[in-house]
Amino acid sequence: MLKRVTPDDTSGAMVRLGDVKTAAPFVSGLEYGAPARGVWNIVHIGMLIPGAHQIYVCAGNCLRGVVLTAAEMNAQSRFSTITIKENNVLDGDMETLLIEGVTDILHRLPKLPPAVLVFTSCIHHFMGCDLALCYRELRKRFPGVDFTDCYMNPIMRKSGLTPDQLMRRQLYSLLKPRAQDDGVNILGNCFPTDETSELVKIIRQTGRPLRDITVCKTYEDYQKMAASTLHIAYNPPARAGGEALSNRLGGTFLYLPLSHTAKTIRKNLRTLCEALGTSYDPSEDEARAEQALLHAKEMLGETEIAIDYTATPAPMSLARCLLEHGFRVTRIYADSIAADDQEAFCWLQEHAPDIELYATVQVKLRVLPRETEKPTLAIGQKAAYFTGTKHFVNIVEGGGMYGFDGLRRLAELMEEAYRTERDARDFIQQKGLGCDSCL
Amino acid sequence: MKQTQAFLSTYTADVSGVCSALFELGGMTVMHDASGCNSTYNTHDEPRWYDMDSLVYISGLSELEAVMGDDEKLISDVSDAARQLHPRFIALAGTPIPMITGCDLPAIAREVEGRTNIPSFAVPSNGIGTYVAGARQALRLYAERFITSRPEKRKNAVNILGATPLDFSVNGCVQSMARRLEEAGFTLQSVFAMGSSFDSIDEAGAAEVNLVVSSVGLPAAKYFQAQFGTPYVIGAPFGDFFSPYVFDALRESIRTGAPADVLGTFAPDAPDTVIVGESVTAKSLAAALAVGYGIGARVICPVEAPNGVLGACDLRLEDEEEIEQALRGARRVIADPLYRRIVPAKSEFYPLPHEAFSGRIYRRQIPNLAERV
Repeated sequence: MLKRVTPDDTSGAMVRLGDVKTAAPFVSGLEYGAPARGVWNIVHIGMLIPGAHQIYVCAGNCLRGVVLTAAEMNAQSRFSTITIKENNVLDGDMETLLIEGVTDILHRLPKLPPAVLVFTSCIHHFMGCDLALCYRELRKRFPGVDFTDCYMNPIMRKSGLTPDQLMRRQLYSLLKPRAQDDGVNILGNCFPTDETSELVKIIRQTGRPLRDITVCKTYEDYQKMAASTLHIAYNPPARAGGEALSNRLGGTFLYLPLSHTAKTIRKNLRTLCEALGTSYDPSEDEARAEQALLHAKEMLGETEIAIDYTATPAPMSLARCLLEHGFRVTRIYADSIAADDQEAFCWLQEHAPDIELYATVQVKLRVLPRETEKPTLAIGQKAAYFTGTKHFVNIVEGGGMYGFDGLRRLAELMEEAYRTERDARDFIQQKGLGCDSCL
Repeated sequence: MKQTQAFLSTYTADVSGVCSALFELGGMTVMHDASGCNSTYNTHDEPRWYDMDSLVYISGLSELEAVMGDDEKLISDVSDAARQLHPRFIALAGTPIPMITGCDLPAIAREVEGRTNIPSFAVPSNGIGTYVAGARQALRLYAERFITSRPEKRKNAVNILGATPLDFSVNGCVQSMARRLEEAGFTLQSVFAMGSSFDSIDEAGAAEVNLVVSSVGLPAAKYFQAQFGTPYVIGAPFGDFFSPYVFDALRESIRTGAPADVLGTFAPDAPDTVIVGESVTAKSLAAALAVGYGIGARVICPVEAPNGVLGACDLRLEDEEEIEQALRGARRVIADPLYRRIVPAKSEFYPLPHEAFSGRIYRRQIPNLAERV
């Protein structure tokens, strides 16, 4: 039987923030995958379009992960696959396979879905498959179905938009132009933004319709998003999709990157107010956040805190915020430093150079001890896994929290995590945190 | 064949089969792929991932590396990782894009071995075959590389060949098969490859006979036969009624020095029951139902099956519609719960979760067939 081996050191897998020289401080090499699965994948995101059916066209190994994602989220009735075999590669009949395969599936479904997301893969890209021809033919065969091109091509993750960015762009590609109103779209998220957040409160106070795919119940609800004239994204992978949508349908696009630092939060809220022609004083929200953070700090004392990049797209910004409120942040798990997080990173380099920046995919992460010497509270599933703590905040992608209200809620979640002991393995292995799950 | 699955899941692929078969053997297995294979493997195909730190990684192939044929990146990344982690061996497994670009993984393995002095080999896989294709090659290649010495034969010693969680989960079934063997008077040499020490596996040549419990173990059994003259029996000892037949076949095989057939002796005359699954385990279950309950069952095998295991009434089918058609008229259907959507309403459906099909979804409900059928 295998026994855990412990490497002598963490070199290559960990670096002091003060010693980081580039935004990608770890050598690119073989990659490890930790069993923290709460981050949504393309299947989860695609399922946000109400009633849409997903069809993946890939080799068996690529299909396996997505078909079981759908099965685990009890959505297999909205999911089908077409398997690519060696003969398709040799015969070059990828277009026929796709067209006839989708046709066969749609004929066999109990009823035609309003929309079909066809996911092609790395193979199509390398084989030069004529996707435009495929979609033309499918639209001709099924005029009542909206088709869109989606991609499961991780080999392209370093070439232009990443698959995650592409997915969040294509998510809105089925919106058809319609009469516009003064609606406001929040784009590219997996979770609704909290009603108590300043972002939502400001939009609500203008009386303009707020639309978000995460709360759409029907395909028509989804289509109504095309009427909006202000589009907002705050999650970095959603930015490209927001720009594409506003270019296609018109309207204004605002990118208000999620941040945990007061200066950026205030700036984002001002930008939003200007775009909406309204005003909002966030002083009370900020005061509540300060109070909540102070309260949490009193409870946590010198408890060490580890943060990972799956909990928030801005882990450096969160670390800065917590440090400024007296918390003891000792570890950050992130394989690189995001562009939107650079300013906070520079601040940390100057004020907290001893924070340890750990990779999450570097090979040693497989065998490094998953424990800490001192009690640790983790923010994020990967931080929980790697530190082995039983005290963790179980969120991904910001968890729908935004602005000062987001800080207040996060402080409350930290207190809850501090008070509550739970085994990470019972929580973090479920795919797509917040999705339905049969596990 | 339409190659479409409107309703069904898909089986674990060959690349995951490679990783699963080699998981407990102390090596480092590298999937040469962009991304995705690793999370699929460690989420859906590998129940040991959380608790056992086996070295399984992905190369992170990028478009540029694939287009430019940058094999050096893979060679140096694997070599660097091996220097940090000191695995017993290195195995490389391919996926669709390396297949398309004609990546020469055996040559890369030789280069890695030259740089690291760690035994290295490539396991043929392309992400298109099922786990059976990958796992059986992995075990055979490991055996050919590491199980080469001819130790003195140990009386009544048996290797169990072809045990992976993909067919036997982690519910104690493998341990139960081992217990049954020992209670029947045999000595367990090793389980290839779950739960045994490296030493006992590497001395597998000491066994007098091999027991092939899934089709994954057959190529290794044939290698042991050629290398050490060890005969083999194909069949998983499921339940109280069928297991004695398996053990009789093992004794017969030891006596004659030749393979002995046990599955073929239970061919049903008029099967009214269908079992969908991997060939050897499904045939073993069919035999257990026949001998224990007088139920005649035929097998539909949707994954690669070795010659001679499936009988005249069995079917080797992959296509969803063909399977759906073949199930029509069946009185009983025994299959993974995810097959339920294509099982005729009139048939009695007996869910038998199969890790290689539904992954972890029904893991807690997977029965230990070695204990009870």
